[in-house]
Amino acid sequence: MIELENISQIRNNQAIDLKQITSLSYLDFFDVTVQLLEQKDNHCLTYFAYPTDKGLQFMMAIAQDKNYTILLFSHFLATTENQVLKSLSETIFALSIFEREIYENYGVYFTNHPWLKPVRFAHNRANKKLQISDYPFYQIKSEELHEVGVGPIHAGIIEPGHFRFICNGENVLHLEIQLGWQHRGVEQLFLDQKTNLQRNLLAENIAGDTVIGHTTTFVQTMEVLADKHVTERIQIERALALELERIAIHTGDIGALCTDAAYHLGANVFTILRTAIINFTQRWCGNRFGKSLVRLGGTYFPFTPALKKELLDMLASFEKQFNEMAELTYHLPSIQNRFDFVGTITPKQARLMGTVGLAARMSTIERDIRVTHPDFAYQKFPYQTITAPNGDVYARFLLKKKEIAKSIAWIRNVIEKEPFETAETEKPTYALTLQPNKLAISINEAWRGEVCHCAITDAKGELKHYKIKDPSLHNWKALELSLRNVEISDFPINNKSYNLSYCGHDL
Amino acid sequence: MINELKVIYHNGKQYIPDLRKVKLRAPFRGRPEISTANVDEQALVDCCPLGAITSHPVRIDLGKCAFCGECAFAFPEKIKFTQDYKLASNKRENLIINEGETHPIILDKATIRKEIKKTFSKSLKLRQVSAGGDNSCENELGACGNTNFDMGRFGLEFVASPRHADGLLITGPLTENMAEPLQICYDAIPSPKIIILAGVDAISGGIFADSPALNRSFLDNHHIDLYIPGNPTHPLTIINGLLDLTR
Repeated sequence: MIELENISQIRNNQAIDLKQITSLSYLDFFDVTVQLLEQKDNHCLTYFAYPTDKGLQFMMAIAQDKNYTILLFSHFLATTENQVLKSLSETIFALSIFEREIYENYGVYFTNHPWLKPVRFAHNRANKKLQISDYPFYQIKSEELHEVGVGPIHAGIIEPGHFRFICNGENVLHLEIQLGWQHRGVEQLFLDQKTNLQRNLLAENIAGDTVIGHTTTFVQTMEVLADKHVTERIQIERALALELERIAIHTGDIGALCTDAAYHLGANVFTILRTAIINFTQRWCGNRFGKSLVRLGGTYFPFTPALKKELLDMLASFEKQFNEMAELTYHLPSIQNRFDFVGTITPKQARLMGTVGLAARMSTIERDIRVTHPDFAYQKFPYQTITAPNGDVYARFLLKKKEIAKSIAWIRNVIEKEPFETAETEKPTYALTLQPNKLAISINEAWRGEVCHCAITDAKGELKHYKIKDPSLHNWKALELSLRNVEISDFPINNKSYNLSYCGHDL
Repeated sequence: MINELKVIYHNGKQYIPDLRKVKLRAPFRGRPEISTANVDEQALVDCCPLGAITSHPVRIDLGKCAFCGECAFAFPEKIKFTQDYKLASNKRENLIINEGETHPIILDKATIRKEIKKTFSKSLKLRQVSAGGDNSCENELGACGNTNFDMGRFGLEFVASPRHADGLLITGPLTENMAEPLQICYDAIPSPKIIILAGVDAISGGIFADSPALNRSFLDNHHIDLYIPGNPTHPLTIINGLLDLTR
């Protein structure tokens, strides 16, 4: 039996020698994982395998929400051994998606897995004979039931994915979401691209709606590996941008939900309000989505005194218009009636699936990296997380509004206390020397939930493995479950209330 | 009712009256200009993360450019990004900016297929397909129809079914997994039909150009009617490009 105190631990934005990571036999690895994840305040950040000379190295990172730590432990499976392991998902369902990924990429078979099948049909998958068109959907045989297939190309301007509904009349019994259409080989490209500037650009393009979330996590991971310290101001500016990204997307989502509830005034006004935020981001860095703002070691676009004034003015007018519109929207009986008690996820289900971010908080779970594993900016300016009680579409709709108000208050507090007096700043540095044989982890609470990047270097200080986790990886399962026993016409409002990433999942 | 009217009143006029003449301010990066100053050309070429810059003479290919601005920060005396957002062209070569050139990017009217103006000048309905797009170009395409940009006023619209569409607008670097759906969608659009590429990923693959997970053969087999650069491409760039193509 392994004592949990002996498991190696680090904090957010720290690196550890590969040798110091607790290495366990699979039996112990299994037991420790189950012990840890059965506790309420722990959840899996990422679980992956990477190839070495003699086999596969499995790496588990578990976040402890009560003491700011991340537990790390590994297991080695030699090529000479039987490539079969007992599935953890049977006990800890939240790990199902990670085991499926390891199975797809390396061909390791997990016995008793609820359903071991490919995740994204990655270009470097173990079994190339299997094509994306061979995906094995769940089926129920009955003359009373019919199937509805939607996608990969959808009716709007959105990313591709396939949704397969099994319906009894108008009611959905089961929804299965098949992704992978967006797979661009991002993780491999992090190793193939040799300059850090290229990698920085790649991080910006992981998910174009989470540019700040992913890029900040990337630069933090690399800065930790290179032992490069950036100024406090740069760190705070990145957090400001992260909160602006949250406000912009949440506002757009509220507008999109209004569209689907046929409330056109709300749809138009919230869309206009989103424009105000992203146009400010363009004033800051030249790009409405914040591309080119976050750079390794510094930035070309400091948050100047002029921008500070512009942001405060913009937020004042934004807040006034937003509140006026929200006051009407959130009290409209037709909106409440449309969103209430639809697509409900119970706290128990949310925990089981390992949901993160908004998809956890909508169901009373206080999972928020800004609070549980804050980086410098959120240590200096603490954020109090908020949750909603019901886990339905209305809870997600309501939480978006409340988080916008919290983010605005947080930004105002920062601006009041931080000088931002000069327009001078640290410029980016791309020539970084990474420490050899290290593992670094960075996590950030982006608008969807926690983004986690984990990088491993080899003996020469080159990147050996780069693992990205977008919050959507956990949360797509919640959308599937939300659709159980609701009408198929409730799909759009459920989908928009989560607004999950296809490219962030497919990588 | 009174409260709804108040909201409308307080929000004021939100649409942009003339989408052809809007002025964007720095640091927005539009069409770059390359001066004739002498610089270390190899260093300039090397500083571009996407290989968009070539030397002798110095050129920038906007089909490969992510408008990150690194070159302008490293060589301010050589490269300057203007705020000109009219970047689209029907000819791939027109996206290449040469040293010393300061003229706007234009469409080659002579090579636009005749049926485009005849059939689509008053109404153009497009089916958008994201083939590995990162959702930023997709967001900007969505924004083209919002209250601010309102491209619907020109009869420009995105439609749900390829059967209702006059053309295909592609975003993203064209992934292997999307190759088949993309072809099926194109085949379902009735003729005459056009193809538009929006964003650096679609035009050249962008940062993903060397990825083995792509399949860009669709582009080899079809004529492209319009290239719209950007990362993502700005709504003004999109709308002006579409208007220049069809009117």
